[in-house]
Amino acid sequence: MHKFREVFFEYVFMFSAGISILALVMIFVFLFANGMPAVAEVGPINFIFGTEWRPMDATPSFGVLPMIAASIYITLGAIVIGVPVGIFTAVFLAHMCPKWLYAFLKPTVNLLAGIPSVVYGFFGIVIIVPFVREISLALTGGGSGSSMLAAMILLGIMILPTIVNISESAIRAVPESYYEGSLALGASHTRSVFSVVLPAAKSGIFASVILGVGRAVGETMAVVMVAGNQARMPESIFRGARALTSNIVIEMSYAEAGLHRDSLIATGIVLLVFIFIINVAFTIVTRKSRGT
Amino acid sequence: MRKIIDTTLFALTWIFAAITLLVLLFIVAHIVINGVPHLDARLFEFAFTTENVSMMPALVSTIFMVVLTLLIALPLGIFTSIYLVEYVKKGNKFVMLIRSATEMLAGIPSIVYGLFGMLMFGQFFGFGWSLIAGVLTLGIMILPVIIRTTEEALKSVSDGYREGGYALGAGKLRVVFRIVLPSAVPGILAGVILAIGRIIGESAALIFTAGTMPQIPETLGHSARTLSVHMWVLSSEAHHTGEAYATAVVLLLLILVVNTAAAVVAKFFITK
Repeated sequence: MHKFREVFFEYVFMFSAGISILALVMIFVFLFANGMPAVAEVGPINFIFGTEWRPMDATPSFGVLPMIAASIYITLGAIVIGVPVGIFTAVFLAHMCPKWLYAFLKPTVNLLAGIPSVVYGFFGIVIIVPFVREISLALTGGGSGSSMLAAMILLGIMILPTIVNISESAIRAVPESYYEGSLALGASHTRSVFSVVLPAAKSGIFASVILGVGRAVGETMAVVMVAGNQARMPESIFRGARALTSNIVIEMSYAEAGLHRDSLIATGIVLLVFIFIINVAFTIVTRKSRGT
Repeated sequence: MRKIIDTTLFALTWIFAAITLLVLLFIVAHIVINGVPHLDARLFEFAFTTENVSMMPALVSTIFMVVLTLLIALPLGIFTSIYLVEYVKKGNKFVMLIRSATEMLAGIPSIVYGLFGMLMFGQFFGFGWSLIAGVLTLGIMILPVIIRTTEEALKSVSDGYREGGYALGAGKLRVVFRIVLPSAVPGILAGVILAIGRIIGESAALIFTAGTMPQIPETLGHSARTLSVHMWVLSSEAHHTGEAYATAVVLLLLILVVNTAAAVVAKFFITK
């Protein structure tokens, strides 16, 4: 009886562990089974490199290149905005922050991490979009503000906590002796931190950037709310564009069963491929850091 | 020259840290200042009408969603971690596979979870837009969070505890449930709190699974909108800005409670 219970539970545990694998397989199966027929019908080349997305036309076209381009541009913009601020903030938290301030700043960063994307999106609508509209009017004489730039700024803020928290632990993981050795050689505090500690934490910081990229590529609601969502090749950061994630949310609610709906699921597959590439990059980077 | 670089870097560090702090304070302050005046009793009536646009049903749905999702994901996640930490040897192929799978699951965007949930639970299982479809989708989504934190918690239980248990003649199962698991509770709790935060904040994965019905769901088969989804619906309608601000305040408050709970648990964990 006792023996039976031991063995029984071991199988229960093993079965539970298998669920994760099963779930992942099911995600791939359901997305590919429902999305690939659309890719085949449109033609993989036409689907991925087609620059026209007109699902409702009499002769519809299903090219996702505009969305791929928009996702890449918006992510790059978010990285340009978020990464420097994030890394410097991480340095600050790890090496320059007075204790009393740390006790306030750290929970603040964690709160930033916990705010739901819809709240960010709403903040984007009421603050960032009007702000970008002003700039856009001044510089180009037009533009509604709902634009790639608005999405870049918003995502730059949203990836901050990821960059800050992971970079901070990477910086803290550098042995104290590196810093002390540098001081002993006569380098100043600032110089020791930036020329000795920071390079040693390089791979951890890089990993935080990759995670930030993953978050930015996958973010849906906040981007939908501020990016304008026009399905055309991105022209300027002051004009609207539609990200891969947005394409799904916007059209899934009214897409009729058939090619249109399946092509949205295929958009999900493209997104999944992106995330897969990012994951592989992340694994390579973190492996490297463990090796050295 | 060196001096100048030093000073510049030092200044930049302070400036960027200040930017981070100011951005957050600005977001929170803006929402609180504009949202609190709109928090009136009619937003908390139990029945939603297009006149009161009450967030109460969404609040109740959020609680349902959190509790039910944890009910599914927590045992699965804990059992998985027990298997990974207590039962298999390092370097086992199956373990490597599970680890890669959970890492991959953790990286999948929520909208893809939404698509998957719609296809598998909504259509294939025929649940349609329902609470249960949302719960199952989110259950898979938070599984990696629970597994990772529980694994860490189990690993941090010293082997002496286990050996002591065996020495007293307890079987493996008894050691796991009576000795290892109770000592790992604070760590597991931290994971649970993290997961709760994720469920509360989720919207993209729920729109096409649990749907957007603004009433309290009577059964698992009814559609239900959580507070985040409610917020999204409101903010896409231009004339509900005030209510959207108010909902944002409630969401911020929930996240603040969740974060504070996490901090308290962490502190308890360290000092103990």
